[in-house]
Amino acid sequence: MKVDEALLGQVARVARLALAKEEKERFVPQFKEILGSFQKLSAVDTSRVEPCFHPVALQGGLREDKPGICLSQEEALSNVRDSKDGFIKGPRAV
Amino acid sequence: MELQRVLKEAVGINDEFHFFNLIDTRAKAQGKGRLSEVVISVKDCICVKGLESTAGSAILKGYKPVFDATAVGKVRSEGALIIGKTSQDEFGFGSFNVNVGIGFQVPLNPYDRERACGGSSGGAAGFTAKAPFRHIALAESTGGSIVCPASFCGVIGLCPTYGRVSRYGLMDYANSLDKIGVMAKTMEDIALAMKIISGCDPKDPTSLDAPVPDYAALLKKPITGMKLGIISYGLGKGVDPEVSTAVKNTIKRLEDSGCTLVEIELPLVEKYALPCYYILAMAEASTNLAKYCGMRYGAQENIEGNFNEYFSKVRGNYLGEEAKRRIMLGTFARMAGFRDAYYLKAAKVRAKIIEEYKKAFEKADVLVSPAMPFVAPKFSEIKRLTPMQNYLADILTVGPNLAGLPHISVPVGKNKGGMPIGMMVIGNHLEEGNVMQLASCVVEK
Repeated sequence: MKVDEALLGQVARVARLALAKEEKERFVPQFKEILGSFQKLSAVDTSRVEPCFHPVALQGGLREDKPGICLSQEEALSNVRDSKDGFIKGPRAV
Repeated sequence: MELQRVLKEAVGINDEFHFFNLIDTRAKAQGKGRLSEVVISVKDCICVKGLESTAGSAILKGYKPVFDATAVGKVRSEGALIIGKTSQDEFGFGSFNVNVGIGFQVPLNPYDRERACGGSSGGAAGFTAKAPFRHIALAESTGGSIVCPASFCGVIGLCPTYGRVSRYGLMDYANSLDKIGVMAKTMEDIALAMKIISGCDPKDPTSLDAPVPDYAALLKKPITGMKLGIISYGLGKGVDPEVSTAVKNTIKRLEDSGCTLVEIELPLVEKYALPCYYILAMAEASTNLAKYCGMRYGAQENIEGNFNEYFSKVRGNYLGEEAKRRIMLGTFARMAGFRDAYYLKAAKVRAKIIEEYKKAFEKADVLVSPAMPFVAPKFSEIKRLTPMQNYLADILTVGPNLAGLPHISVPVGKNKGGMPIGMMVIGNHLEEGNVMQLASCVVEK
């Protein structure tokens, strides 16, 4: 895998992050160093190990699918700058 | 305690040290309870109703939550006075509280203003050290963000078991790693605050339904016969000799008080916890932060272009450099073609690391090491570090955080230059009581 500005550009597009050219230039050597250290994990034998996504066993967690108390429309809109007719205004899809 | 005097003193301290992103000059305690008249500060990533809560990021500037985090609601209902929001690295992305968001101030160490408070709960630790009145901080740790600053600022900081305290109202950094905890000057305040904020919460499906002991009663329990596991690499190469000596002297005193010492080797934690932690934390951060896109709350610009153009622009303009770095690395670790080698591999190594700790707890009741390998560094020293060298500072704290184990930092003296040194005590899952019991003995000595 080659860590260069092209790869960073690809990642930035996926991450929805506009990066300046100088930022990409700065990140290239840093990412080489960091990803190099991440590769150390390949030395660990995990052939018979299940991945762990939570450090303690979760105790169920799903509730009955019934509406509960939630924010009022007014509360949900209280931090919104652009709204119209009770809806949040966002950019066009395409 | 007179409210106006408290606020005035807090503002005075803040002018000098920048511990707060916001002080609520209209703060008022409501009702009475076990925290009546107690001043509580809240890390900026924990929502307080009506108070601007930004997690230290410009992308959340202006955001005023319309609800309290569960932990905040609990202390409020006990009569606490919520004084304001403390400084942190942006979203928790740092070990020194220097990675603050665009436009935020870096807090200065209470013992030496040329040095860092530690991060990411730096403001919480600094103010806990400086407040001339009784004060408890609600802080948060993902990879060491409570014990690191507590150690650097000479206060007590406890991070509980993952799930012990509800995360409802906590802005995620990495949801499988984030824990709300507390800082204070006394073990009594740590025990009281933990008793109040712990417990299952239907609003957080990852919170644990387990009884919460009377921690205050455990503080006075003798430690005779307690098995103390000394993490060998924690006192090895790379640890400042003055830090090592202070911790070793404390261990000796604990042995004199009746503890049995056991040497503990944690080879997987030593070698792999750091890369394992950073891959998982960054991968989770990159998804957790996807919601910040310049709509609904926080920074919002004139809507121009399509979804992707607008979101990318806002995120590019308002997120700081370390946030961008972690989002990028985390996105990379989850991308098709790399996911198995990075994200899934790290999740498997995490399972092995937890198993290694579980085996250690068959031999010892608690594990000890320094909290940090050195005392609070100077800002001029931090500036010279590459991001990777920065991450290495967390070598001792990422292990218990990855495994979701409760851990505390207690002050065990100062170095020749007068900078505080902290010892970390780690307990098994849900055994905050053991951790507090031992820490209380350290504090008394």
